[in-house]
Amino acid sequence: MKHTINNNQTQQSITESIKGGLYKLWSFPGGIKLPGNKSQSNHQPITSAKTARQLVIPLTQHIGQAAEPVVQVGDKVLKGQILGHAHGIISAPVHASGSGVVTAIEERPIPHPSGLSALCVVIDTDGYEQWVECTPLISKSEANTADEQSITDLSNEEINSQIADAGIVGLGGALFPSAAKLHTAEKMHTETLIINAAECEPYITCDDVLMRYRPEEVILGILLIKKVVGAKKCLIGIEDNKPEAYKALLNTISGYTHTHKTTHTEPQIEIVPIPARYPAGGEKQLIQVLTGKEVPSRGLPMDIGIICQNVATAAAVYQAVYRGEPLIFRIVTITGGAIKVPQNMEVPIGTPIRDVLTQAGLNKDKIEKVIMGGPMMGFALPSIDIPVTKATNCLLITEKDELATPPPAMPCIRCACCSDSCPMSLLPQQMYWYAKSRELDKLQEYNIFDCIECGCCSYACPSNIPLVQYYRYAKNEISNEAEERNKADLARKRHEFREERLEKAKLTKAEAARLRKKKLAKKKAMDAEKAKQEEAKAASSDDKSDSKADEKSAAEKPDESADLIQEAISRAKIKKAQQQSQRRNTENLTEDQQKQIDEANERRSKNSQTE
Amino acid sequence: MFLAQSSPYLQPGLNVSKMMRVVTLLMMPGILTATYVFGYGVLVNILLAIVFALSFEAIILYLRKRPVKVYINDNSALLTAVIIGVALPPLAPWWLTFVGVFFAIVVAKQLYGGIGYNTFNPAMVAYAILLVSFPAQMTTYWQTPTMLLSQVDGQTLSLLETVQFQLFSQLPANVTMDALTSASPLGIVRTSVLSGAATIGEIDAQGNAFGVLGGIGTEWVNLAFLAGGLFMLRKDLISWHIPISLLAMLGFLSLLLGSFELDSNPSPIFHLFSGATMLGAFFIATDPITAATTPKGRIFYGAGIGALIYIIRTWGGYPDAIAFSVLLMNMCVPLLDYYTQPRVYGHKAENNDQEQS
Repeated sequence: MKHTINNNQTQQSITESIKGGLYKLWSFPGGIKLPGNKSQSNHQPITSAKTARQLVIPLTQHIGQAAEPVVQVGDKVLKGQILGHAHGIISAPVHASGSGVVTAIEERPIPHPSGLSALCVVIDTDGYEQWVECTPLISKSEANTADEQSITDLSNEEINSQIADAGIVGLGGALFPSAAKLHTAEKMHTETLIINAAECEPYITCDDVLMRYRPEEVILGILLIKKVVGAKKCLIGIEDNKPEAYKALLNTISGYTHTHKTTHTEPQIEIVPIPARYPAGGEKQLIQVLTGKEVPSRGLPMDIGIICQNVATAAAVYQAVYRGEPLIFRIVTITGGAIKVPQNMEVPIGTPIRDVLTQAGLNKDKIEKVIMGGPMMGFALPSIDIPVTKATNCLLITEKDELATPPPAMPCIRCACCSDSCPMSLLPQQMYWYAKSRELDKLQEYNIFDCIECGCCSYACPSNIPLVQYYRYAKNEISNEAEERNKADLARKRHEFREERLEKAKLTKAEAARLRKKKLAKKKAMDAEKAKQEEAKAASSDDKSDSKADEKSAAEKPDESADLIQEAISRAKIKKAQQQSQRRNTENLTEDQQKQIDEANERRSKNSQTE
Repeated sequence: MFLAQSSPYLQPGLNVSKMMRVVTLLMMPGILTATYVFGYGVLVNILLAIVFALSFEAIILYLRKRPVKVYINDNSALLTAVIIGVALPPLAPWWLTFVGVFFAIVVAKQLYGGIGYNTFNPAMVAYAILLVSFPAQMTTYWQTPTMLLSQVDGQTLSLLETVQFQLFSQLPANVTMDALTSASPLGIVRTSVLSGAATIGEIDAQGNAFGVLGGIGTEWVNLAFLAGGLFMLRKDLISWHIPISLLAMLGFLSLLLGSFELDSNPSPIFHLFSGATMLGAFFIATDPITAATTPKGRIFYGAGIGALIYIIRTWGGYPDAIAFSVLLMNMCVPLLDYYTQPRVYGHKAENNDQEQS
C-alpha cells in the first residue's frame, strides 16, 4: 500500500476538522509542549530486521505470571511455534520468532527498569524461517470480498481465544494480556472503545508508520476488538502532528463505508485529531480529552464504560485473526543521534538489540545513552546485548549533548512549575518535600499513587530536581512498608491465636481439676456422712445436735467449692473479654476472615462445653 | 555500560538562574523610568544594593560551607538587591541600603536556610525593618520628581553630586535638602486627605500629588513596571493569578469604598498607579519562594495582598503598604496552600477525604 499525500493539504484538513468542531474535545490540565523529533524516523517505509543468529525470548514479556516453558533444550522449533504456555489467568504465551534449535532455557538479562534477569528460551536459528502451520480465522480470499461480514460471522469466544493463543499484549507499553482485558470489558458491557494512536512521546514513530503503511491492518484489527468488546462507539485519538497517518486511516475507513454502505447506519469508527501536547497519549489523559470523563482513582477505564487499546495491539489482533500468526514481531523505532539511518524496523522478538542497531547503522563512538522507550518515560539500558521484547517500542541511541545531562539539582524554589504542568493536578513540590523527608503517610495523603510518572514535573522544574525519581522511590518504599506490615500483622495474629489457645487449654485443665476436686469433696462428704451415720447407729444417738451440725457443714462444703469455681470461670470470662477488646489486629477483618474466626470460636466453645 | 540516569531525559532551557536573570532584566524599563523621574539616586541605590547583596551572600554561603559560585549564580540575590534598590528612597544614605540588604540576605534568606527555604520575601523584610527603624530617612529622602532631563523649577543633582550625597552626605553649596525632596503622593494623601485636613480637590489644586493617572511621577514608573510585568505574563515567567487578583482586589476595594466619599478617597486609578503597586504586583508578590503555589491559593494570596494594600494605605500608620501586605500574606501561605489543593484527577470533589483514608 502506498500513500502519497500532500503534507500541507492534510495538515490543513486536520486543522479544519478541529476548528470545524467535528468532534467535541475536552482538555486536560497541565501538560507540556515538547519538541517532536519524529521527522528523523517517520519518512521511510517499515524495514525488516535480518534474522539474528541467536534469539533470546523471555518467558515474561507481559504483566502477570511468566509463561511456562513447553520446549526443552535440544528441541527443534519452527517459526511461530509456542515456547511457553500462558500460566494463570493474567498471562500470555510466547512463541518462537524464528526456526531453529533451543539451545538453552536459562536466566538472561532482559530490558527492564529493574535491570534483573529473567528466564529466557534461547534459540539458535537455522535460517530456514520455516513456519508452523498457521490457522487464520478468516482466510484471505474471504477477507478480500467482505470483511465486515466475515468478522460478524465469528463468535467472540473464537476471536478472543485466537487473541489469547497469539500471545497478544498491550503494545502501548502496559503489556497487559489483551484477551483477559477484552474478556473483562465484554463482561462489563463496555460501551466505548478508544484506540490510542496519540503517540505523544518525542522520537517515537512506530505507531505513526504503522498507521501510514498498514492502515487496513489497524482498522480491521479495531473492528475485531470492537466486536469482541461489544462496544457501541469507537474513537481513535491521534495527535494532530501525524497528518499522514490520519489521512491513511480516514481513507481506509471511508473505503469500507463505501463498500458496505448497507451494513452500518452510523459511523462505526471515528478518528479524532487531538492537539499535540504531552502526555495526551496517556490513557487517562486521552480518555479525558476525548470524553471529558475521568477514570476514578485506583479504578479502571472500564469502570466508566471505556476500554483503551493501542493501534499496534489492533494490528497484532488483525495478524492473529487474518493470518493466524502469533505476536512474534513488533515495529521498533530506531532513532537518535548515534544512529546513521533512523528508521522503523519490524523486528522478530528476541533479536539482540545490538543486531538491530548495527543494521540501522550504529555510530559506536557517538553513543552516550541507550534508552528503551521515549525520552520522557523510557529507561536507560545498561547494555545492548539484550533482546528486543514485546515492550520495545523505541530504541533511542543518543549522542553527546543530544539530551542534556542535567546540572546538579538546586533547592526547590516553590515556583509551582511542576504543579502547573501536572496532568493529574497533583502537587509535585509537596510530594517532593515529603518524599525527601520520607513521610510516607503524608505522601499518600497527597495522592502519590495517582502519579502516572509522565515526567512533566521533572521536565518543567527550573531547579533540575529529578522529581519523578523521588516519587518512584517513595512508591516503592510505601509498597515495601505495606508488605512488611502485612507480614508482621500475620505473625502477630498467629502468635495471639496460639496464646489464646494455650490459655484456653490451661483454663479447661484447671476447670477439669476443680471438677475432679469437687467430685472428690462430694465423695468425701458422703463417705464422712456414711461413716457418721454408721457411727451414730453404732453410738445409738448420743449427741443429736452435734451430729446435725456436722451434717450441715458437710452439706455446705461442696456448695462452697462450686461457688468458687463459678467465680473463677466468670473471672476468666471477663479477662478473656478484656483481651479480646484489646486485640488490635482483629479490627478491619474481611468478612471471610471474620467468619472463619467465628467458626473457630464456636468450635472451641463447643469443645470446652463437651469437656 | 552506558550513561545511566532515570527518566525523563529531556531537559528544558529554563532554570532558576535564567529565570531570575530575565525577571531582573524585565525590571529595567521601570528602573530607567524611575531614574528619569527621581534622579540618579535610584541607580546608585541599585548598584550599592547589588554589591552589598552579593558580598553578604558569598560570605554567608562560605560560612555555611555551600558552593559559593553555584548559589551566587542563581541570581536570586541579584534580584533581591535590585528590588531593594528600587524600593528605597532615591536619596537614601548608603548605610540605609547596607542595613536593608543585611536583613534581606543574611537574616531573612540565609539564616532561614538560603534560597527556597525563606518564609518571608527578603526584600520586603528589609523594607519593613527599615521603615519601622528609620521612618524619617525612609520618608524624607524621596526626591521631588524633577524629570531629570527637563529640570523644571526644582533643583537637581548630577550623578557625581548624588553619589557624594549618598556616600558622604555632602550637598552642593547652593542646594538644600528641603528643596530637593518632597513627600510622596501617597504620603500627602495619607497625611492630608485621609485625615480630613484637606479634600481631594484641594490637593489636586496644589498640583504636587496627582499626576495624569496616579501619584505624580510614580505613575510613569508604575506604567513601566506594568509593561515589564505584562511581558513576563506573555512569556509565561509568572502566572496571571497573583498580579491580576492583586490589582483587581485593590481596584475593586478602592472603587467600592471610595465611591461613598469621592472627596476624601482617591480613585482606583490613583491606587493602581501610585507608590509601588505595579512593582509589587508583578515583581514582588510573584516571588515564587514566598508565594502560594496552588492556582486557587495564588488568587487568594494576590487578592489578600490587594486588600491589605488598600486597608493599610487608607487606615494604616504608613503610606507604604506593599511590604507589610506581602509579609502578612507570606504568613498565610502554608494555610492557603493546604486548603486550596486542586482536585486530583479521578477523585470526586466531595469525598476527597474519604478516598484518601
